[in-house]
Amino acid sequence: MSTGDGEDTIAAISTPVGIGGISIIRMSGDASIDILKKVFKDESDKGEYKSWRPYYGSIRDGDVTLDHVLVTIFREPKSYTAEDMVEVSCHGGMYVSRRILELLIRHGARPADPGEFTKRAFLNGRIDLSQAEAVADLIEARTEAGLQASLQQLDGKLYENVAGLRNELISLCSMMELELDFSEENIQITDAEDISARIAAVLTTIVNMISSYDRGKIIKEGIKLVIVGRPNVGKSSLLNALLKEDRAIVTSIPGTTRDFLEEQLDISGILFRAVDTAGIAESGDIVEIEGISRTRRHTETADLILHVLDASQPLTKDDHEIAERMIERWKKRDTSIVCVINKIDLDEKIDIDSIAYGEMNIPPVRISAKNMTGITDLEKAVTEAVFKDRGIVKSQTDEVVISRSRHLHALRRAQDALEDALLGIKDSMSSEFIVVDLRSAMESLGEIIGEVTSEDILNHIFDNFCIGK
Amino acid sequence: MILANKKYDVAVVGGGHAGCEAALASARMGMKTVLFTMDISTVAKMPCNPAIGGLAKGHLVREIDALGGEMGKAIDDTGIQFRMLNRSKGPAVWSPRAQADKLQYALRMLKALEGQNNLDIKQSMVVGINTKEKRVTGVKLFTGAEIDCRAVVLTTGTFLNGLIHIGLFQYAAGRDGEFPAIGLTEDLVSHGFATGRLKTGTPPRIDGSTVDLNVMEIQNGDEDPRPFSYQTEKIRQEQVPCYLTKTTEETHRIIRSGLDRSPLYTGKIIGVGPRYCPSVEVKIVRFPDKTSHQLYLEPEGLYTNEYYLNGFATSLSEDVQLKAVRSVAGLENAELTRLGYAIEYDYFYPSQLNTTMETKDIDLLYFAGQINGTSGYEEAAAQGMIAGINASLKIEGKDPFVLKRSEAYIGVLTDDLVTKEIREPYRMFTSLAEHRLSLRQDNADMRLMDYGREFGLIDKDTHAYFVEKRGLITQYIEELKRLRPEISELNRILNRAELAGLSEKESIYRLLKRPGVTIDLFMDRIDHPLFSGMGGGTLMASVRNQVEIDIKYEGYLNKQRQQIEKMRRMEDYLIPEEFNYEAISSLSAESSEKLQRIRPRSVAQASRIAGVSPSDIAVLLVHLKKR
Repeated sequence: MSTGDGEDTIAAISTPVGIGGISIIRMSGDASIDILKKVFKDESDKGEYKSWRPYYGSIRDGDVTLDHVLVTIFREPKSYTAEDMVEVSCHGGMYVSRRILELLIRHGARPADPGEFTKRAFLNGRIDLSQAEAVADLIEARTEAGLQASLQQLDGKLYENVAGLRNELISLCSMMELELDFSEENIQITDAEDISARIAAVLTTIVNMISSYDRGKIIKEGIKLVIVGRPNVGKSSLLNALLKEDRAIVTSIPGTTRDFLEEQLDISGILFRAVDTAGIAESGDIVEIEGISRTRRHTETADLILHVLDASQPLTKDDHEIAERMIERWKKRDTSIVCVINKIDLDEKIDIDSIAYGEMNIPPVRISAKNMTGITDLEKAVTEAVFKDRGIVKSQTDEVVISRSRHLHALRRAQDALEDALLGIKDSMSSEFIVVDLRSAMESLGEIIGEVTSEDILNHIFDNFCIGK
Repeated sequence: MILANKKYDVAVVGGGHAGCEAALASARMGMKTVLFTMDISTVAKMPCNPAIGGLAKGHLVREIDALGGEMGKAIDDTGIQFRMLNRSKGPAVWSPRAQADKLQYALRMLKALEGQNNLDIKQSMVVGINTKEKRVTGVKLFTGAEIDCRAVVLTTGTFLNGLIHIGLFQYAAGRDGEFPAIGLTEDLVSHGFATGRLKTGTPPRIDGSTVDLNVMEIQNGDEDPRPFSYQTEKIRQEQVPCYLTKTTEETHRIIRSGLDRSPLYTGKIIGVGPRYCPSVEVKIVRFPDKTSHQLYLEPEGLYTNEYYLNGFATSLSEDVQLKAVRSVAGLENAELTRLGYAIEYDYFYPSQLNTTMETKDIDLLYFAGQINGTSGYEEAAAQGMIAGINASLKIEGKDPFVLKRSEAYIGVLTDDLVTKEIREPYRMFTSLAEHRLSLRQDNADMRLMDYGREFGLIDKDTHAYFVEKRGLITQYIEELKRLRPEISELNRILNRAELAGLSEKESIYRLLKRPGVTIDLFMDRIDHPLFSGMGGGTLMASVRNQVEIDIKYEGYLNKQRQQIEKMRRMEDYLIPEEFNYEAISSLSAESSEKLQRIRPRSVAQASRIAGVSPSDIAVLLVHLKKR
């Protein structure tokens, strides 16, 4: 029915997601209701869905319930896009939403491009011209935002690595194309084993990237961030400041099996599980003792610890004790520590030099949680801690961590194509067949970092081989 | 002064490979056609390589032939060495190539022109076009005469302000020893067309009687020469070999010492040359580690002693050319009959054209061949064909003929010309065809012959033969799907061919997908009417070939077909000619400027313009939809 450019089914987390709100995952396309049926267990268990009606139930990944949700079905043409649509309202949380989105993609949906729902709505005649103009601007704006995002550390590294892989594929392709388009040129013929080995190497890297997504702490659990400090240094307000700064925070999940409140927040695209030790540590005696032992347990499993100090007061014995413990942990090399000096809006009485934090990789960050100053610096320090200090994002040498489902999707397709290429070589297929798969792999990588054209390949040939008899 | 004796429908300017095909197509489609050439005795001349076809170019010739062009038939009649290139590769990249007897080829083509109804050949120089309200009305001749016509096809080759370089010596010429075309560039510029300058070159010719062929490696053609044309039954011409030799370190030293008088390295040449066909001096400068380059001696014809020294294109000065040639094994005493040279010439940016090869600004004015920045006889002929057909269609008020990239190399060629900004001579490569596996030289008829018939360029019998072939292919594929012989019988056959046996019953169809399994294995070995049916005859051989390719590579073909389908939606999404890109505020400035200038025909074409991003395309789609 669609008159648009795509009849496939697309899915995305519908933004923006407010603080502690509910988040919505949308799907549009012919297969959306079928895909939903594969993962949604309807409480009433009728299995029939009427348009415009909400259904309560659970989203299940096999036997595991991801979340209890409200699902609304919109059958075409009476939907936003004029296609069959599904909206899943879940209890928010970037973590939960992303897992649900992942699940839908695994069952056949494709991650939507920026503005794609609206584009479909327009192409299918659901919205009028003035709205469409706005969409056009939106698409552009969002692409730019995407571009900026790609310059960030995480994506920058991804870009670099994928570009490396793509260049290797361009080089392989041009060797094979050379054989096809310039076979009369007396140029040495490529060795199938060598080509195979090089494709296999690219494949291994891609498979590693893919598995970094599967096992990566970043997406699956988030990085465990624990805020410590003696009472009254402003731990809670620091957490709130981080939450306020990042509108991407999603929710607070009262831990049923957890001892502490856990907040999820998103800093520069990285998901954190922030454990708030504040509430407990500052309550009554017995609880406090209990709390301290639990705090200790948490700090032991933390990936990243923020030690908060009060700039308006001289350092206390407690500050020093905590700092010693932290520095000891840091020296054991499994936790990254960032020292945060809070309350810089007040008269400064702290003597920071008496604590050895200055010697650490990441110097103390000065903020005022109350006035929201220094929060950006803190976020930078946190990001740096994650990637550089102790390599919380566990990286063997150059490993890149995939965090976006669109990238994962593209890499999986590249993987399939390269596996086909290897099979083809094994079957002694001629280069032009292998090139179909290599090009398809390049096309998939191109979805991450931009397209490769035939000219790129020919240019590579002209630059590197002596052509022309 | 209007010569009132006749009113033509189509005037073709230039008698090279583009001009010949354009004139023939137009005349055969019933248009009263006139072909102007500066010298009738040079019609269909091959100023460079004495060969037709080659990698990707062979595909073009097959396609021209399937559409009803002349090039394939002409080379079949006059080729003196046929080779199917890339035979060790898969069928998609096989490409036919033939050495041509240059003189015979030109005469053979002239005969076709002269024998063609509706076609006059006239020797004159065209210096301008006449237009009225952005529509072409005729051409101006250098004698002052004017000829009225309804469409003009310009195929000017290297003649527009041609300038030949041999060392620091230069002279105005269209080709070696021929006058350049003066005036036409300026006339076209006055009509608003933008022009650029390109360069190409050719090697020296050698007197065969001064060459020692015995020290060279001999290169023979195929034993079973295959014709280019679907209408040629057999190659009857005498076949002769080529010879292989190579440059020496001494050659390289001599050439390096001559660079101070090279027009290329002293900045005399401003035109841009082709990277894929560099002169020998460029090869030596750019790849200093290579101590030797292969050279081929290719006969210029059966009735001449001259050899073409393939691989030795040069614009070095006369003495350096001679010394360098004589440092090559077997050429120690060689005499040069003609010098190698570089030639600069004007071309017009083909982004000023529609995919029909008609200019965007002036109705019924078409450009084809080197005037569009291409190189190669085959590329030229293909464009001539498209221009000739479209001029005729437009005069008759019919829909334009545009081949898609997924349909033909010609589609890739014409699309590339209008969307890419051509700044060096453009040549066809198989790697430029993203649908390479489906665009094979063996199935050009499947892809294009219906069109040829529709335009009346393919006769009824040829078409009927093709339709029979097409029917048989479908029929046999279906039958092979159903044919499941006993395992023991199949294993016997597989064992004999040293292939792994089967444990379960399989259809022959499935079996053919395995590497090494061919239809030939089963011929005469399985007693079934299917195989006896596929037995003898040229028709059956080509049917068998198609059936095998279709089955064997189905998986890959399907992959490509999906890509084609994906693109087709965008391909079919046409952009109105008057569409105003500047009015779209959300397009980037660069995209907007390029789109406005190039004015792509479809969304797919827009997406292929360098610098137009996917988000620009999304924006464009949104705006198109409102219309």
